[in-house]
Amino acid sequence: MSGVAFWQGNEAIAYGSLAAGCRFFGGYPITPSSEIAEIMAEELPKLNGRFIQMEDEIGGIAATIGGSVAGMQALTATSGPGFSLKQENLGLAYMAEIPIVVVDVMRGGPSTGLPTKTAQQDVMQARWGTHGDHGTICYAPASVQECYDIAIKAFNAAERYRQPVLIMSDEIIGHMREKVVTPKIDPSKLVNRKRPTDVPEKFVPYRPDPQDDLPCMASFGDGYRWHITGLTHNDWGFPTNNNDEIEKKMKRLMSKIDRFRDDIVEYETFYEDDAEVLVLAYGSVARSSLRAVNDARVRGFKAGFFRPVTLWPFPDKELEKLARKVKTIIVPELNCGQMVLEVERAVRGRAKVVPLNLVNGELFKPEEILAVIEEVA
Amino acid sequence: MPSQEVFSWLRTRFFPHIWCPGCGHGIIMHAMLRALVALKKDKSQTVIASGIGCSSRMAGYIDACTMHTTHGRSLAFATGIKLAKPELTVIDVMGDGDCTAIGGNHFIHACRRNIDITAIVMNNNIYGMTGGQASPTTPAGSLATTTPFGAIDPSFDICKLAEGAGASYVARSTVANPIQAEKFILNGIKKKGFSVVEILTHCHTTFGRKNNRRTPIDNINFFKNNSVPLARAKDMSEEELAGKIVTGEFVNKDIPEYTDQYLALIENVRGK
Repeated sequence: MSGVAFWQGNEAIAYGSLAAGCRFFGGYPITPSSEIAEIMAEELPKLNGRFIQMEDEIGGIAATIGGSVAGMQALTATSGPGFSLKQENLGLAYMAEIPIVVVDVMRGGPSTGLPTKTAQQDVMQARWGTHGDHGTICYAPASVQECYDIAIKAFNAAERYRQPVLIMSDEIIGHMREKVVTPKIDPSKLVNRKRPTDVPEKFVPYRPDPQDDLPCMASFGDGYRWHITGLTHNDWGFPTNNNDEIEKKMKRLMSKIDRFRDDIVEYETFYEDDAEVLVLAYGSVARSSLRAVNDARVRGFKAGFFRPVTLWPFPDKELEKLARKVKTIIVPELNCGQMVLEVERAVRGRAKVVPLNLVNGELFKPEEILAVIEEVA
Repeated sequence: MPSQEVFSWLRTRFFPHIWCPGCGHGIIMHAMLRALVALKKDKSQTVIASGIGCSSRMAGYIDACTMHTTHGRSLAFATGIKLAKPELTVIDVMGDGDCTAIGGNHFIHACRRNIDITAIVMNNNIYGMTGGQASPTTPAGSLATTTPFGAIDPSFDICKLAEGAGASYVARSTVANPIQAEKFILNGIKKKGFSVVEILTHCHTTFGRKNNRRTPIDNINFFKNNSVPLARAKDMSEEELAGKIVTGEFVNKDIPEYTDQYLALIENVRGK
């Protein structure tokens, strides 16, 4: 169904997920993400889907993974404290290669922090939060429209690459209202996990398809019997202590993202052709940053704008190319300097990197960023 | 020896199993498989979920849809699977640490929700896999590697906990009575609702070694000599029951089941 809506970011994520084919939600109430759960509670039964409010955040992601194992596209949503609690089971989903989508509507931390105020303090946790190595796919929406569009992309990526996909929203994006255009969904554009074609007797659950190095996935109850475990396992899904099998599994958990990195990475640029000062920002901060860049242009400064849409994989090659041309990259973030580390890694000293940090629960005002553009230009 | 039918439920290609010689977990697995065979369950429509610990490795040995999850959380995963596909038979095998310590919250809420899952709790009063640390069911006074001077805290009564939290079927047996254990597991699976079957088992390797039950047979004899059927226990005083294991079916009631309720809700909502 196509149409126009006036939604909050949280609503757009919920409706985008439903449009993508999400039919299962397991979660636990937490500010500022609860609207997502509330909408799913109301809408999923209408679509023969399933909603369950679990006893805690840990149970919320566990039930979500269970729903996916039984064949439903599954979502959970939370904020910082809940994202911390979910990390262990998130690791299980990486290890067992179970597709789910996890939304973190970021608020200030650490600990209980600022439940009703915005922040971007969980972005490194999105990459490194659970123990052990794994590839990460993580989106950061900067508008309500993008919340809707990214929810669909996130489900497609989870199903395609058989792993959790994260959406790092924030309190401002989550609670801001904007116009959203909901296009008619072309079902052929929606990705569904690759199902086994072998007969059950010949099914090897983690044997990767030579085409793309990704294993197909059977659902419990579909006639295939297989074993899921968080232990490091071989192609049969059974625990292994064999060095070769361990290395093969671990390398594939990384390479399945590296291999498709160019397909996954998304970013947006403005005025990059002649920019001397680049502002790199994501999420809500991208909005005041773009305004500041536009204002700087009006005042005659050669300012440019770079917005990673995927925080992970980070658009490092693309940024590195730009860094050859610009003098300075300003990185405003609502934390004490997290993605700036990734920017420095990508830029490799080719441009000066200037962090700009705000952790008082508010969003940058465009003039605060503009002042820094003028200062460094 | 297991019957051919029971044997067909095992993933023998993944043996040897990790359990110590003489461990009680195999007796429980056999009782569960006999119950599944008796109920003519389809392996492809049967889910065995588990958490972490010796007992939880059982999931991997069974040729069904099996999911070995994180410590204490298996019931939450199983809840998601059951809600998504209520037609599946879902069994959750867990140990006492998994069920009553790290997973205590999931356990009481699964009871409260009365979702149609059968929880088989293998209670050996100890964390066996990690080397014999005290669990919430280690009896006060017992020795464990983390209670070198004897446990000072009281232990959980898993059946009372399940009954209080609202489970629709609650029973207890021991590995010394595998026929009874099988019957309770069978009744638990048949029950539409959340079933808890606690089976007292032994870890002679870690618990028995420190508490004068060094061999498997010492433990089996301990269970035989200290089990009291529920009917007899009703006429006994608290003093007489001290240190005894009351066995039997404590709860067997028909109350609304969670997935039934949810499917009815869907029908209502969609019918509008």
